[in-house]
Amino acid sequence: MKYLEEYRDNKLASNLINEIIRISRKPVRFMEVCGGHTMAIRKFGIHKMLPPNIELLSGPGCPVCVTERSFIDKAILLSKKKEVIITTYGDLIRVPGTASSLDQEKSSGADVRIIYSTLEALKIAEENPQKKVVFPGIGFETTTPSTAVAVLNAKVRQLQNFFILSAHKIMPPAMEALIKGGADINGYIGPGHVSTIAGSRIYDKLSVDFNISVVISGFEPLDILQSLLMLVEQQEKGKPSVDIQYKRAVNYKGNLKAQKLVESVFETCNTGWRGIGNVPDSGLKLKDEFSRYNAELQFELEVKEVPEPKGCLCGNILSGKNKPQDCKLFGKICVPENPIGACMVSSEGTCAAYYRYNF
Amino acid sequence: MSNQKILMGHGAGGKLSHQLIQRIFVRHFSNKSLSVLNDASVIKTSAFTAFTTDSYVIDPIFFPGGDIGKLAVSGTVNDLLVSGAVPKYLSAGFIIEEGFLIDDLVKIVASMADEARKAGVEIITGDTKVVKKGQCDKIFINTAGIGDAIESESKLWKTPKLRAGDKVIVSGCLGDHAMAVLSARSSISFEREVLSDVAPLNKLILPLYTNFPGKISFMRDVTRGGLATVLNEICADSELGIELFENKIPVRCEVEGVCEIFGYDPLYLANEGKVVIIVESETAEAILEQIKSCEFGKKAEIVGEINKRAPGRVIMNSVIGGTRIVDMLAGEMLPRIC
Amino acid sequence: MCLSVPAKIIEINNDMAKASVGGSIIDVGLQLVEDVKLGDYVLVHTGFALEKVNEDEAIKMLEMIKQLTDNPDDVT
Repeated sequence: MKYLEEYRDNKLASNLINEIIRISRKPVRFMEVCGGHTMAIRKFGIHKMLPPNIELLSGPGCPVCVTERSFIDKAILLSKKKEVIITTYGDLIRVPGTASSLDQEKSSGADVRIIYSTLEALKIAEENPQKKVVFPGIGFETTTPSTAVAVLNAKVRQLQNFFILSAHKIMPPAMEALIKGGADINGYIGPGHVSTIAGSRIYDKLSVDFNISVVISGFEPLDILQSLLMLVEQQEKGKPSVDIQYKRAVNYKGNLKAQKLVESVFETCNTGWRGIGNVPDSGLKLKDEFSRYNAELQFELEVKEVPEPKGCLCGNILSGKNKPQDCKLFGKICVPENPIGACMVSSEGTCAAYYRYNF
Repeated sequence: MSNQKILMGHGAGGKLSHQLIQRIFVRHFSNKSLSVLNDASVIKTSAFTAFTTDSYVIDPIFFPGGDIGKLAVSGTVNDLLVSGAVPKYLSAGFIIEEGFLIDDLVKIVASMADEARKAGVEIITGDTKVVKKGQCDKIFINTAGIGDAIESESKLWKTPKLRAGDKVIVSGCLGDHAMAVLSARSSISFEREVLSDVAPLNKLILPLYTNFPGKISFMRDVTRGGLATVLNEICADSELGIELFENKIPVRCEVEGVCEIFGYDPLYLANEGKVVIIVESETAEAILEQIKSCEFGKKAEIVGEINKRAPGRVIMNSVIGGTRIVDMLAGEMLPRIC
Repeated sequence: MCLSVPAKIIEINNDMAKASVGGSIIDVGLQLVEDVKLGDYVLVHTGFALEKVNEDEAIKMLEMIKQLTDNPDDVT
C-alpha cells in the first residue's frame, strides 16, 4: 500500500538504527505523547533496538486513557435512559467507569452503537426522530474537527435530537503541565496527526520555554526511527528546537480550514486529565450558541467524583513517573480482558501496549 | 420468487411440518437413510469414530462467497478433517424465526446439499423448530458430524506434542471471511471483491494423510479468534513457544487496507476455510508444496517455527526485525479511531 | 491516538468521496480539506480527510534515509 509499505523497509530501518548508535553519546529521555507512537514502537519492537542511553517514555497520548472516569460515568448514566441511543467510537466501549462500562450497559439492554464516523451518528439521529442520540466526543486536535462537522451539519439539517458530550482536549497545555509537574525528559516525539491539523507552530513556545526538543513524527517504523535520529542530533548538538519529520502530512500552520471549523463550534475550558489533574484551557466545550447540542446542559448529569482504583498507577504512568512494570496490578489483576486502570483498556494505552508487546 | 413465509405451524409437527420436510429437506439432502424418516438413522462406522458438533449463527445469513448453510456444513466437515478423520455423516438442526422467507430457506438448504456433495458427506438426520418472531435472529443451524478416524493420524486425536524445530504452516490468506462479512454489514466495498473463504477442505487435507502418513503433529481450522488465538491455545502450557515471521504471514492487500483503517489485526480475524498445520521440519517443504497444489492452498506459507525462545508464548518477528508477544484476542475486535 | 491512513481518492460527490486503501473502499468526508482531486492521496481519520499527502516531501524523506548508507563515515 502506497505511503505505508515503503516505510517498513528492513534495510533502511537498520541504516537508521546504525546512524543513531553512531552519533548518540549523551543519555537522553524522550517521551511520545501519542498512543499511535506507543503502539508502533512496541509492535515493531523499536524500543529494543536502541542503544541503552536512549530511554523512551509513554505520555498521555491516548484519549481514552486521559479521559476522567466521571465522563464515562456520565455516558453510562445517559445510556440508561430509555429514550437515549449512545453512538460511540469503539475505543470507549470497554472503558470502565465507576461501576460499569458502556459494553456492560449494552448487554443489559442499553442502545449503544459503535460508529466509525460522526456522520453515521447523524444518520442514526435522522432515522430515529423519537430518540435522543448522544455522541460522547473524545480525542485531541485530530478528532475534534469531525465532531465540529457533525454539530454544524446537525444545525443545517435542523436535527433536534442530536447531542454531544464533549471530552475533547488540546495537547500543548498537557505537554507543558507534564514538564512543570517534573517529567524529566529531553524531548517529545511530537504527535503526527494532531500536528497535521494544528501545525508545528503549537509547540514553539513549549520548546523555547523549557529548552526541549520536539520532533513531529509519522507512525511507520522508518518515521519513528528518523524522528529519534533527529532528536538525538538536536541533543548532541545542544540545540533543541521544533522540527518536523512527518513533512508529508504536517506543515507549520496546519490545516486552517479545519482549525476554523473547530473555532466556530468550540471554545477552550479547564479540564481534568486522568493522571495529570486539572489543566487550564486544555479542554474544549461547545460555544453557547450550540448549547442545544450540549448533552451536559440538556440532560441531568450529576455524577460523584470517585477516587482511582486502589493500587492503580495509571496516573503516574501517564505522566512518565512510573512504568507499567512498577504497578502491582499490572499483568496480574489488571490485564486486557479485565482492565482495572484506563491504560490497560485502550489497546493503545501504555499498559496494554507493554502487556501485549513486551518481550 | 414467492414471498411465502415460515409459520409457527411449520414447526408444530402436523401437515405443514411434513410438507416442509418432504419438499425441502428430503428433496435436497436426498439419501437413503434420511428418506426412511425414522427417529434415528442407523449407519455402519469404522473402528475409531470421530464425532463433533457446532452451532452456526451469523449476521448476515447471506454474504459474499457463502451463506449460513455452506458455513454449517463446511465448519463441521473441517472439524472432522483436522482431527484426522474422513467425514461421513452429518445431522442438521434448524431453529427458524417465524416469518422467515421459505425461498431463503430453500437457498440455504440447497447450499448445504451442494457443499455436502463436495465434501462427500450425507446429511442423514435432522430437526426443525420454529420460534416466535424476535426469539431468534432469522435462522440458527446446528450440525453434528461423524467421520472415520484414520489410524495413522492418531496423533491428531490427542493433545499436541510440540517439538523444537517443527514448522508452522498456514494454508492461505488470513481474514477473508471476516472481511466478506464486514463488507456485507457496512458501507465498505472492495475494488476486487473479497469473498469468504468458507469451504470444506477435503481436497486440501486428505491427500496430506495419504502422502505423509503420521508426519503431521497438529492441525486445526483457524476460525473465530484468528491465527493468534489458535497458536496461543497450542502452546499455552508448553515448555516451547511459537515464533512467527511477519513478512511470511499471507494477507490480501484489501484485507490489510481495512485493518489499517479500523485498527484491526489480521492475526485475529476469522476464517472459515483455513488451517494451521504443525509438521516436523524435514517434511515441511514437501507438505507445503502439496498444499499449494490444491485450489484452497495456493497462498500457503511456512509462517513460523516451534522453539524455546519464549516458552508458552507466541512471538512475532516484525518486518523491521523487532519482536513482540502475540496474545490471544481479548474480547470482541472493535473498530477504533486511535 | 488518532489512527489515520493514506487513502487514494477514486470518486468525488460534493463533500463526500470514495477512497481506496489497498483496494478497500471507504466513504470519506471532504469537509476539512480544500482542492482535493481524483487520484490525490489523503490522510483519513474517523471517516474524514485530514489533509492531502505531500508527495514531494514523502519522496524527499525516503531519499534522505537511503543516503545514510552511502555515507562513507558509516564504516567506522
